[in-house]
Amino acid sequence: MSATMPISAQLINLFASVILLLAFAMLAQRRVLTLINLFALQGLALCLATLVAAVSTGQTHLYYSAGLTLVLKVLLLPWILHRLVRKLNVKSEVEALINIPATMLVGIVLVMVAFNVALPISELSQTITRGTLGIALAVVLLAFLMMITRQKAITQVVGFLSMENGLFLAATSATYGMPMVVELGIALDVLVGVIILGVFFFQIRDQFDSLDIRHMENLKDN
Amino acid sequence: MDFFVLMLVIPLVSGALLTVVGERDWAPNLNIIASLGTFLAAAGLTVEIVANGPRFAFGEQFFIDSLNVFFVALTAFVGLSTSIFSGPYMKNEREHGKLSAPRLRLYKSMFQLFMFTMLVALTTNNLGILWVAMEAATLTTVLLVSLYRTPASLEAAWKYFILCGVGIAQALFGTILLYFAAERVLGETGNALLWTHLVEVKGQLEPTIMVLSFIFLLVGYGTKVGLAPLHNWLPDAHAEGPTPVSAVLSGLLLNVALYAILRCKVLADGAIPGGFAGNLMMGFGLLTLVVAAFFLSRQKDIKRMFAYSSIEHMGLITFAFGMGGAVANFAGLLHMTMHSLTKSAIFFAVGHAAQKTGTQVMEDIRGLIRINPLIGWGLMLGTLAILGMPPFGVFASEFMILTHAMKHHPWATPILLLALGVAFAAIFGKVQPMVFGETHAKRLPHAPAITPVFVHLAIVLMLGLYIPPYLTRWFHEAARMLG
Repeated sequence: MSATMPISAQLINLFASVILLLAFAMLAQRRVLTLINLFALQGLALCLATLVAAVSTGQTHLYYSAGLTLVLKVLLLPWILHRLVRKLNVKSEVEALINIPATMLVGIVLVMVAFNVALPISELSQTITRGTLGIALAVVLLAFLMMITRQKAITQVVGFLSMENGLFLAATSATYGMPMVVELGIALDVLVGVIILGVFFFQIRDQFDSLDIRHMENLKDN
Repeated sequence: MDFFVLMLVIPLVSGALLTVVGERDWAPNLNIIASLGTFLAAAGLTVEIVANGPRFAFGEQFFIDSLNVFFVALTAFVGLSTSIFSGPYMKNEREHGKLSAPRLRLYKSMFQLFMFTMLVALTTNNLGILWVAMEAATLTTVLLVSLYRTPASLEAAWKYFILCGVGIAQALFGTILLYFAAERVLGETGNALLWTHLVEVKGQLEPTIMVLSFIFLLVGYGTKVGLAPLHNWLPDAHAEGPTPVSAVLSGLLLNVALYAILRCKVLADGAIPGGFAGNLMMGFGLLTLVVAAFFLSRQKDIKRMFAYSSIEHMGLITFAFGMGGAVANFAGLLHMTMHSLTKSAIFFAVGHAAQKTGTQVMEDIRGLIRINPLIGWGLMLGTLAILGMPPFGVFASEFMILTHAMKHHPWATPILLLALGVAFAAIFGKVQPMVFGETHAKRLPHAPAITPVFVHLAIVLMLGLYIPPYLTRWFHEAARMLG
């Protein structure tokens, strides 16, 4: 992009890169509590990116969107997850199925794929945030990778929420956010989902004495 | 109050009410009364739409036309018969010590909320709300799938949540892209996700974006429909959850997810030249059909087998809508109706059979016809119906799909016939010894509710022999809307 890019666009790109960097950090992180903190940081970066977009475009609903992200993804969800980890006594070490360097290499390939897919579309967009669509798709794919390669139920949930972050970034970067009623609905779904999962974790732990999903591989076709 | 508002308010309020009052002797009846109320309101709405044509509700946020009113009526009807079936069924489960009172309360309130989310998904005009309601439908059913709290049911529920969560996240990305394409045409008025506005400008939507958007939407909602290769959650969730939940998942939720795809297909067809959306759906449909047909013969659990049968039929229906055109769309809609009614009837019969014999393993279920002739015949007739034997209605719709495929896509015909043949052999070979043969089973404390099984089968039989003219008109109109 050219040197005449406005400062707000540069800031948004900066925050988007931070989100991507945090997605990689989450992929490499072995400790559950640190993972949750990284997720909260990612939410904060998303919130700031939305805020900058709101200030530079004057779209009021982007302010609400940023506030929603702050309350839900930076404060409420990490708090719930922290409590869950403490109550459930999750062992801090996370076992990965593939070793971390290999996962990182796969992650880099995914980022390249995401940028190639997003390129023709972001060229059509007139928003100042358009450059970040590729990053958003990359974050979604990296979160997906994290869900595949991790074995603890709680890590999979953090991966799922990180995917939601990527999707919100995509919504902000391509269109300045979805209509307010839709964003509220999505936020409600995410919140209810995490609460249900909390209930669910206790059921799993009572039944298996562990949150390791390796115990849950018995349903097969044969 | 008008019928539409009533239809949404009844399940919502009764869901809350059932949570508050808890498990009492009359709670199952309250569940039935609520479902009856929802059904009557849906019937009233249907009459209104048939008489006066499409209408909006709550501004333009909800939109009911001949396409979705058809699904609304079907959903409310199967919801009603499932609540009737689940009364004695759940009481028996409690006597067997499988479920406690708090879980029965959870079951009933979540059942009503599940109906609510599906009705919202069907009637909303906003594609964003459609997504929200689909996700809410997953959330309400996760705890129902794990209701027995056995290791297997927890595993199934976890798989269901994660796979559908990931799938539906893809659908959200598709929706965002769709909104992006629409905003370029409609501007930032907040109307850019309203289907009625989108359909007016569908020719102007940017094809590059729409291609990517439709792929994400199809894969995303397709996960919930049970399309291969993301169908793995479906057999587990159906087999491990309580039978009434299997019946509504199979008979209703899959339909609602497919409905979401159909709405998006109409837009994609308008924007993308060359029938891209249809071809993609045909491909996914055929793959699903073949995969499911070959997995059928390996099943040992009866509910699992019929879950695979649902995947197979969803593949066939997706293929039919993929072909497009008035005849194939008509056949697809007819097949959806037939499948919903027949498959829920089968699950009712299977539920009672499994309860009587105390197992879901097919090799241990024998001689149903001696234990209870009605259950035995119900299962046998249901199986014949779902396998597409004339004179049942499934035969009519499958015949239409096949002949249309022969005429327009001859290459697909051998694959279709092979898959249907394999499915027939697999299912019939397993159900026959279960129904006939020797047995030793006990009496149940609560007499099973057999009526819903035969009411459903009677409708399927009637529609196979004679489709009333108003229904034909209705199907034709909906098929024309789908293009």
